[in-house]
Amino acid sequence: MLKIADKELKSRLFLGTGKFGSSKQMEEAVLASGSELVTVALKRVDLETETDDLLAHLKHAHINLLPNTSGARNAKEAVFAAQLAREAMETNWLKLEIHPDPKYLLPDPIETLKATEELAKLGFVILPYIHADPVLCKRLEDVGTAAVMPLGAPIGTNKGLKTLDFLEIIIEQSRVPVIVDAGIGSPSHAAHAMELGADAVLVNTAIAVATNPKEMALAFKMAVESGRMAYEAGLGAISRSANASSPLTGFLNM
Amino acid sequence: MIFKELFKTTNWDEIKSSIYAKTAADVERALASSKRTLEDFKSLISPAAEPYLEQMAQESNALTQKRFGKTIQLYTPMYLSNECNNICTYCGFSFDNKIRRKTLTDEEILQEVAYLKERGFNHILLVTGEANHTVHVPYFKRVMDLIRNEFANISIEVQPLDEDEYGVLHEAGVYSVLVYQETYHQEVYKAYHPKGKKSNFEYRLDTPDRCGRAGIHKIGLGILLGLEDWRTDSFFCALHLDYMQKKYWQTKYSISFPRMRPAEGIIEPNVIVGDRELVQLICAYRLFNEDVELSISTRESEHFRNHVIPLGVTTMSAGSKTNPGGYVVEPESLEQFEISDERSVKEIAQLIRDNGYEAVWKDWDRSFSTTRFNPPSKEDMDPLSLLEERQREVAIPIISTKINDTNV
Repeated sequence: MLKIADKELKSRLFLGTGKFGSSKQMEEAVLASGSELVTVALKRVDLETETDDLLAHLKHAHINLLPNTSGARNAKEAVFAAQLAREAMETNWLKLEIHPDPKYLLPDPIETLKATEELAKLGFVILPYIHADPVLCKRLEDVGTAAVMPLGAPIGTNKGLKTLDFLEIIIEQSRVPVIVDAGIGSPSHAAHAMELGADAVLVNTAIAVATNPKEMALAFKMAVESGRMAYEAGLGAISRSANASSPLTGFLNM
Repeated sequence: MIFKELFKTTNWDEIKSSIYAKTAADVERALASSKRTLEDFKSLISPAAEPYLEQMAQESNALTQKRFGKTIQLYTPMYLSNECNNICTYCGFSFDNKIRRKTLTDEEILQEVAYLKERGFNHILLVTGEANHTVHVPYFKRVMDLIRNEFANISIEVQPLDEDEYGVLHEAGVYSVLVYQETYHQEVYKAYHPKGKKSNFEYRLDTPDRCGRAGIHKIGLGILLGLEDWRTDSFFCALHLDYMQKKYWQTKYSISFPRMRPAEGIIEPNVIVGDRELVQLICAYRLFNEDVELSISTRESEHFRNHVIPLGVTTMSAGSKTNPGGYVVEPESLEQFEISDERSVKEIAQLIRDNGYEAVWKDWDRSFSTTRFNPPSKEDMDPLSLLEERQREVAIPIISTKINDTNV
């Protein structure tokens, strides 16, 4: 079972809740996915009226909220937003997102490291969204991150695991769970990430924008389970070449 | 380099003829490209692209959903004043238009705010004319202090200001600044704006740069469709957008498509932009730029707005009034232009849902606006303003009382 901080999660599929055509559609997809951890953008939630539509559709016992700081451009803004999110959503879990670049929404490694260090001291369980940078992952471990969330491709692009070689290094080296976030556009991408040994994946756009989000959520659930199962069962090594029928070193056996 | 210098290297007539010279092959090349350039944008807004409109619309739909999801953000304008010292021959607030002028008082503003909040609005656009003796930065700042905690997101569409003035308003909680060039044709601009501070073409052209330097979160660009050749003007606007995005890379951008509407005492449009052409323009922007916000106001008709939602737009206004006090205080005061889609916000939210989209009321949080972009160090401030700042910090709670440790 996947364990992050002190929480055990049966599902290795995390969902984003933005971009859906309606809150009801979002709820159906989340339920179909079996996900137990869903991200919620602080900026989308109306904390003042206490009748927020998005949150109302996520009130299920098995669903944990993971507030994100999308909108923050630096560590200072993110730390501030994190504290509001903790109070309002009553969780010290946080998806740390600092993307000062509104075009590709690429994460700022320097500010992310700074904010992780500060938030860890304040007792947050931090899951930072980062580029697939193995050294940054180690630096984040050093300052107390609970997991790392390297991107497969820029947010919302559905391009799949463009950072494959670096994800493999991160998975190999990591002492904290690795969750592949962003860019996963189809169930096969998710299965691939799980086969590599990722601990979980986070999907939003591919499900939210599908013609039938609920069915797509189910497809992702199956892909994540099957990818994980394959990883645990031990995939055969990939051969670089076919076994030669006339081996060059056969004479040594003569 | 600032945009003005880039602009000086261009030539209106050359650009216009290059757009009209685009061929079907150019359009097909633009459509096939995965990273589209300004030359591709020219092809997509050219007459040669008209037969490809459905294909453009399909791609615009897909790109927009990929980036923004199936969501449409709702906002509404709140006109604070119709005082104006400019003569703009197309505007109902023009100085030479003999109407009763009005600027809302604090009490009136709060009445309008209460009405808009009751209707669910959390994003608001403050609009004024240009009357620098009465509707100035101290007035805007006072308004911001008055209403900052009432909305998640406050934008302004007021006269162009200096960089440090934008800094003050940014600090006061203004999220975005909308300032449309109206037309990038310098001589034509002079003819439409014969008198007043607005007649200074270059000062207006420099405005987005000043906003960018002041750290404004989002900058809205646009032209007034109807003044000059819309294709050439739109190219300049796209050029401006492209320049801004590369230079002020932490800033978000939006584009609006105001088509000239009837108003009291104004001229007829010089150029009529039809529905088909407006759709082409919207789609061309989306194909050129996947992340720019595209906004459609109540200037557009019910019929157009019923169908435009899946075509690439991300933001819509609803239930709008374009006169100061128009919601509650003084519904009969003179409006800037006649709105076309008069349906209530409830009806527009339903329209959005009927299109399979979620109507988003809140997509920002004040907490992100409370840290300053370039905070002056406390040592640099004189004791009086330091005191004022402390009072402000104490007087204005940042978020609802439910949350205690906002100042950690």
